[in-house]
Amino acid sequence: MDYILHVLILALIYSIFAVSLNLELGYAGLYNFGHVAFFGIGAYISALLSRAGMPVEGAMLCAMAGAGIAGGLLAVPALRVTEDYFGIATLVFAEMFRLVCLNERWLTKGPMGLPGIPRPAWIARGVDGLPVYLILTALAAAGVFLFVRRLTGSPFGRALRVIREDEHIAQAFGKNVLLLKIKTIVTGSALAGLAGTLWAHYISYISPADFTLTETILVVLCVVLGGRGTHWGPVLGAFAVIFFGEAVRFLPIPHELHRYVAPLQGMVYGGILVLIVLKMPSGMIAEHRRNGA
Amino acid sequence: MLRVRNVTKSFGALMAVHDVSFELGDIGITGMVGPNGSGKSTLFHILTGFYRLDRGEIFFNRHAIANRPPHQISRLGVIRSFQQTRPLPFMSVRDNLIAVAPRQCGESIWPLFFSPTRVRRQERALREKADGVLDLLKLAPLADELAGRLSYGQQKLMELGRILMADPRLILLDEPTAGINPTMIRQLVAVLCRLCEEGIQIFLIEHNMPLVAQLCQHVFVMDSGELIFSGTSGNARRDPRVVEAYLGRESHAA
Repeated sequence: MDYILHVLILALIYSIFAVSLNLELGYAGLYNFGHVAFFGIGAYISALLSRAGMPVEGAMLCAMAGAGIAGGLLAVPALRVTEDYFGIATLVFAEMFRLVCLNERWLTKGPMGLPGIPRPAWIARGVDGLPVYLILTALAAAGVFLFVRRLTGSPFGRALRVIREDEHIAQAFGKNVLLLKIKTIVTGSALAGLAGTLWAHYISYISPADFTLTETILVVLCVVLGGRGTHWGPVLGAFAVIFFGEAVRFLPIPHELHRYVAPLQGMVYGGILVLIVLKMPSGMIAEHRRNGA
Repeated sequence: MLRVRNVTKSFGALMAVHDVSFELGDIGITGMVGPNGSGKSTLFHILTGFYRLDRGEIFFNRHAIANRPPHQISRLGVIRSFQQTRPLPFMSVRDNLIAVAPRQCGESIWPLFFSPTRVRRQERALREKADGVLDLLKLAPLADELAGRLSYGQQKLMELGRILMADPRLILLDEPTAGINPTMIRQLVAVLCRLCEEGIQIFLIEHNMPLVAQLCQHVFVMDSGELIFSGTSGNARRDPRVVEAYLGRESHAA
């Protein structure tokens, strides 16, 4: 039972993370390969502040703001280059963030990581707090979902789709493309920061090893697998990625093969994901019907 | 209204536009003709901010617009089309029109959450405006169709509709009738004439000479990056430099 709660919490946190990336990747067409950095910035800010004695709620808000500001700081220079190069710039940014965390020991304790990150005072420690933490995460996820749905279903989201489809048309019709993209990245980063802070206070220990390229790939996968540019796609994608990731633990692997359990699980997991992408190239929920134009 | 002075643009050794100066009056349809590669489209790109210019000045209603970013020039009412059609294929025809409308309060984040009524009211107004434009273009029956499914000619008309949504004061059209059938051309011409009567200035690049003669009060001819003629279309056909640009130099051998 506790295990199911745990998986649900993870899936919801990844839903928030994926929804925030979908705003950038799915709607604005910004291939941000460094999204994990903002998840990490949120986690680190929140962990540091709460360990220093700030109430967890306040630390979470600061973490979101910090991640949003960091997003703006990345966006302004990174948006000077386009498409592939933007992807490379964001990828490098995430790696820089990880290396800073690894090396600035006075602040982050380097590879030792930050242990003992407290939960909000009104949530019990250990497994007793799981149901309440699940409710907190679910409320946050619902809030983020509704917020992003309002954004993307509005003229703002429509302008982002115009930019995604044809940037020149957007410019020729007076859209401030740079400003819209910056707003998108700041918003997406702040929401990723929220996901990061929920994760940090849940897991209670973070280290630079938690914020590697693997996590970026995982969250991009959630979005692409679920369906870019759709409301429910990234949520479904996040649940699928987490669910299959956990489900392979229960594979009936014969005892003689016990030495190969982990690689076999990984192969089956990879195989399932590849199969989904092959069968549903535009995601489990497609933005446009396939016969559409 | 539009004043262009000594505009020069080169790509490496290629002089795409060389020392071009001209003025557009306040009303009417002006044509720009010239052989392929003579710099017409480059000039349009410069006027609308898509290319930076090397030298020269451009004024639109006394605003200096040279080297301003495209969206700022667009907001002054200088709206362009592109040579190839550029529909937003997965949006409906109506949404193609609504999406490009300028000054939408719903494109900022705060009003979405703090003054949703204002956003809703503007959306409704834009929808009505778009339907009006579609009526004018006789595209109303296709309003809910995906733009990617329209024929080439219908897409060209839809693009004109998008331009109308932007409250243009000067429209730059890059080969508006290329590749569409004569019925559609007549429809397009009728709309252009009507806009002209409403006081919107139109500046178009066109290879269809009879059409230019019929539509344009004034014609510019470009060749090899230079403006070689400015005057009425009748005179253009008799101008020796224009004839030479199109047909080559006469041989005077023996």
